[in-house]
Amino acid sequence: MTITDTPAAMRPSSTVDDGVGASAVRPDGVPKVDGSFIYSSDEYHGGSLWGATLRSPHPRARILGIDTSQAAGLDGVRCVLTHRDVPGSKIFGMVVYDQPVLAFDEVRFQGEPVAVVAATHPEIARRACELIVVDYEELVPNTDPEVSLTGQVEGLPSGGLVRHVRIRHGDTGAARALADVVVGGRFEMGTQDPAFLGPESGLAVPLGDGGVELYVSTQDLHRDQRQVADCLDLPLDKVRLVLSGVGGAFGGKEDLSVHIHACMLALRTGRPVRMVYSREESFFGHVHRHPAIADVELGATRDGRLTFTKVRLVLDGGAYVSTSQVVIANGCYFAAGAYNVANVEIDGFATYTNNPPCGAMRGFGAVQSCYAIESAMDRLAAALDMHPLELRARNAIGEGDILPTGQAVDGPAPVQEILAYLRDLPLPADVDHPAADMRVLPGGVGNVTRGEGIHRGVGYALGMKAIGFSGGKDDTCTARVTVWIRDGEPVAEVYCAGPEIGQGVVTLEAQVARTELGVRTVELRDKDTDIAESGASSASRQTWMTAGAIVGACRLVREEILARGGAVLGRPGGELTLDGPEIRDLDGRPLVPVAEVLGPEAVSHDFTYRHRPTEPVDTERGQGNAHVAFAYAAHRAVVDVDVELGLVRVVEMATAQDVGKAMNPAAVEGQIEGGTVQGLGLAVMEELQITEGRVRNPSFTDYLIPTMLDVPPMPMKIFEFPHPDSPYGLNGVGEPPNLSSTPAILNALRDATGLELPRAPVRPSDLIEAAPPPGAPAEEMAQPET
Amino acid sequence: MRVNVTVNGVAHRVDHVWALESLLDFLRERVGLRGTKNACEQGECGSCSVYVDGVLVCSCLVAAGQVEGCSVVTVEGLGSGGEVHPVQQAFLDAGAVQCGFCTPGLIVSAHCLLARNPDPDELTVREELSGNLCRCTGYQKILHAVSLAAARTGDGTMTGGCGR
Repeated sequence: MTITDTPAAMRPSSTVDDGVGASAVRPDGVPKVDGSFIYSSDEYHGGSLWGATLRSPHPRARILGIDTSQAAGLDGVRCVLTHRDVPGSKIFGMVVYDQPVLAFDEVRFQGEPVAVVAATHPEIARRACELIVVDYEELVPNTDPEVSLTGQVEGLPSGGLVRHVRIRHGDTGAARALADVVVGGRFEMGTQDPAFLGPESGLAVPLGDGGVELYVSTQDLHRDQRQVADCLDLPLDKVRLVLSGVGGAFGGKEDLSVHIHACMLALRTGRPVRMVYSREESFFGHVHRHPAIADVELGATRDGRLTFTKVRLVLDGGAYVSTSQVVIANGCYFAAGAYNVANVEIDGFATYTNNPPCGAMRGFGAVQSCYAIESAMDRLAAALDMHPLELRARNAIGEGDILPTGQAVDGPAPVQEILAYLRDLPLPADVDHPAADMRVLPGGVGNVTRGEGIHRGVGYALGMKAIGFSGGKDDTCTARVTVWIRDGEPVAEVYCAGPEIGQGVVTLEAQVARTELGVRTVELRDKDTDIAESGASSASRQTWMTAGAIVGACRLVREEILARGGAVLGRPGGELTLDGPEIRDLDGRPLVPVAEVLGPEAVSHDFTYRHRPTEPVDTERGQGNAHVAFAYAAHRAVVDVDVELGLVRVVEMATAQDVGKAMNPAAVEGQIEGGTVQGLGLAVMEELQITEGRVRNPSFTDYLIPTMLDVPPMPMKIFEFPHPDSPYGLNGVGEPPNLSSTPAILNALRDATGLELPRAPVRPSDLIEAAPPPGAPAEEMAQPET
Repeated sequence: MRVNVTVNGVAHRVDHVWALESLLDFLRERVGLRGTKNACEQGECGSCSVYVDGVLVCSCLVAAGQVEGCSVVTVEGLGSGGEVHPVQQAFLDAGAVQCGFCTPGLIVSAHCLLARNPDPDELTVREELSGNLCRCTGYQKILHAVSLAAARTGDGTMTGGCGR
């Protein structure tokens, strides 16, 4: 290896098992397979009470009175609390405080919490909730986001408009006049639920000093802590949060759920309180992916160069803001797709209604806009009589190109490589229908077809998203690394609050420490609010930020160990290198064991990592260098459609994605497979059905997510173009595969059927609506004009 | 009511069980075995899968009173001698665990499948495990885990399996 200008102490150790780049096994793996891992719903404390929540049955109603006397008198009930009992701020929220801890004056969505109960048994707590008498005056719910965005709706905050985002780049009017081909269309998307399997839950333990400890599943301990403390009217140091096992999140565990309620009950009763939502309650207890209406217009030259893109995107945020202002911004930033187009006009509206609150979900607004733009791109390809991949390749964004927000794309943008993989990948074989196993036919084990009326389709989609927090946020992540000697060997402990939500950040924490210090044994401390914040496990940022913090802390630890070693050896620390148990010279010769240098002492350092600064976009034209980094993925979907029964089988989902550096290849594959399948669900089965503000299907019986039989083989290509700004060149992984999956399947279904399919998820009736009813006379078979 | 039941080979006598208490709640709250998971509590997700007298069931759909005199095996009872079972090891090695909330149920279901059919083909695995929902993994690595477990247990090491 050649000498670089990096001091030896800055360089990580050379080789170690299960370091960065290895498919190391999860440190929480054994407890997760043997059943001993403690999720937030497993938290237990001797003598604990159970909490339960009374929720509004109405999407909108005035509260005229609440009578808790009967409930409070039930044997086993320890307390019943309403909004009057909230000690501090009566409202909370991730970005702005607007959501009542417990409803007062008016309930604004079905399922809004109105009262909470603590009792000796969960069933007693539930029965007590039924005994609470709430006198409601029902009001007509506002449920139409198109009305809300006028900002003129009485009874909604700000008249119904949460935010209008405007992006203006170039001159779309002039470009429209010069375009050879213009296509347009409206694309709608229903409400998706994160449907994590581990329900919202937690354990609150009152402390002797008037404070409280909360063991809870969350994506951000510190943001939760601030809200909980404000609502309890306690200083931050009296509210300690500890991360309990998180049974999936996908954005749905960024907003508070049981947090404040459990703490209020615990502080009032002086007893530990457990709260666990049922599945039905969970559907009402967390935010959903915003339903969307998108109008897209694209113009192109005859040879397929985009000349302009216009998008109007409406995301309904429901009753409270949550993250809607940010979700609509992110949706707008990427509404023109991963394409180089000079003239762009984007208007995005996030609205208030009395529908269920919507907020963060994997992809964060870019899922909706990717679906819209990629659907429109296939329409443009058809109008140009061009292959959809060719159209995408001709317009693909590249390094140095200017985004609609005016920011130049920096970092690798290997979109051509991504598209080329999908172009060159052989297609799966046709199903031999008469002989096929029913499990590979649309309808599957329902055994409803023998292969008649099945059409195959192939579809493509490309997605792009920002990684990390955008728009000028000073985003930090702090880690502490401590090294000491045990049985003659150095042991490293990593302490960082970045929530493990299933994505495997704990695995990466250990991998990074092994690589940086060369140690074999890495221990991970429980995650809590006793250390400075890590920021949320969201925006595909946690691996980047946590790795940055641990690399920094390890560097400080390494420098101190080498300085101490240098003092022992009488040499400058810069001439030494650390390799696990040994301090060596720059040629690798062992000089002194670390154990001898440290003795019984520990070396410990904190490091706070920041990514490069960003800036907000301006409000008039949406221009600014808002983003840290960008990530790209694309899918090819192959589907078989039974056009007589409207049934779909997804035959194959191929993915190509650039991840910068596959820190843990198995985990990267798992993120891509999981994200792809969530997109598959959104394409063909998942929709929270909401009528006049009421959720019709709050169960896994009626809200269907993909099973193992619904998912196809998923070939993939993982590109590793190192990002210049990140630790090890890594890039965010979790969200990009969730973007292009849905529109790739929609485009494949369109290819198979010739239908426009302007709405996701696609229902069986959408696929057969063009088919004539049996026995209909020929003249009634004419298609309506669309 | 009183319920006498053997769980993972240990006899339990539990008093004051509620008439409508599920086996899931009984295992988690009375016996203290919380590895069996409470994801939907209506028989849709398979996260609470256990054996009752060798038969795979969703413990949320079985009343605690129904297991009087029965032998129940949970995810905690599959390993032996401090070692995880080969099916559990395969889930680890294949990277089939993310949040892990579905994992105990999937492991019990996969264990039952392999006890009946030591070498299932891919479509059979997909069909047999389609009653177990997973939201994180996209199932691909779970499929690999079952193949891996099948390859490793082809020598007849599948024990404690279902009685069918």
